[in-house]
Amino acid sequence: MTITLNHFLAVSGLLFTIGFAGVLLRRNIIAIFMCLELMLNAANLSLVAFSRYNVGANGLPNYNAQVLVFFIITVAAAEVAVGLAIIVALFRARATTHVEDIASLKF
Amino acid sequence: MSPILFYLFAIMTLVFGVAVVANRNPIASALSLVVSFLGLAALFVGLDAFFIGVIQILVYAGAVMVLFLFIIMLLDLKAETRRKINPLTYAAGGAVALGFAAEMLIVLSRFAPGHQPFPELPAGVKVDDVHEIGTTLFSTHNLPFQVIGVLILVATIGVVILSKRELK
Repeated sequence: MTITLNHFLAVSGLLFTIGFAGVLLRRNIIAIFMCLELMLNAANLSLVAFSRYNVGANGLPNYNAQVLVFFIITVAAAEVAVGLAIIVALFRARATTHVEDIASLKF
Repeated sequence: MSPILFYLFAIMTLVFGVAVVANRNPIASALSLVVSFLGLAALFVGLDAFFIGVIQILVYAGAVMVLFLFIIMLLDLKAETRRKINPLTYAAGGAVALGFAAEMLIVLSRFAPGHQPFPELPAGVKVDDVHEIGTTLFSTHNLPFQVIGVLILVATIGVVILSKRELK
């Protein structure tokens, strides 16, 4: 039994679903943030799988997709830095990381 | 990629991904996320993306997760206490996630190109992916690369401003 593109896409989709469920179900803002990272990585896995599947004229994988993954990792690292700084500022102001305690924008 | 290795690392990635969501303790969540990222890096290496696999370990499992653990330490987070949960919220969230997974699997089963195995790399050609990615990055994608540099500068300044004691 050989491993096809669909196997990798299924793993990617399931990982995305796990992250998605985490964002919906968890109430700790740091856990929600970690689930966001999980979703970003699931997208990266499908990009790399398509890169390997779509070989060019010279028979090598398509490296444009891997450059895109590199960009995503860079942006995600910047996003983590800013997001965690916001969480620290929020914790200073409210002394909580529980999202239900942070409802001042709720109508 | 050999099926045994694929299933080993895929199950490792998914099981520890579930552990991230299921653990009440944020430190246990963060460490599960590290293991999940290691499995993902192994999957990248199995797809002949060696550079991306190394970057995944260095940047994600290394730098980003250390940052997470550092913030958890600074905020001194304990395991969440059990609160009164709204079962309807949980049922709705779970239903949305399950519906999403089912929809995705149906789409994948009908995706014809996905049922074919990966094309073999030409024999005798070394996969020099660091060279290839570097060449592509600095020629075709040069402008986005420089924009990313500006983005990181903006993020750095933003973090410094946000971390000031008095936000003005």
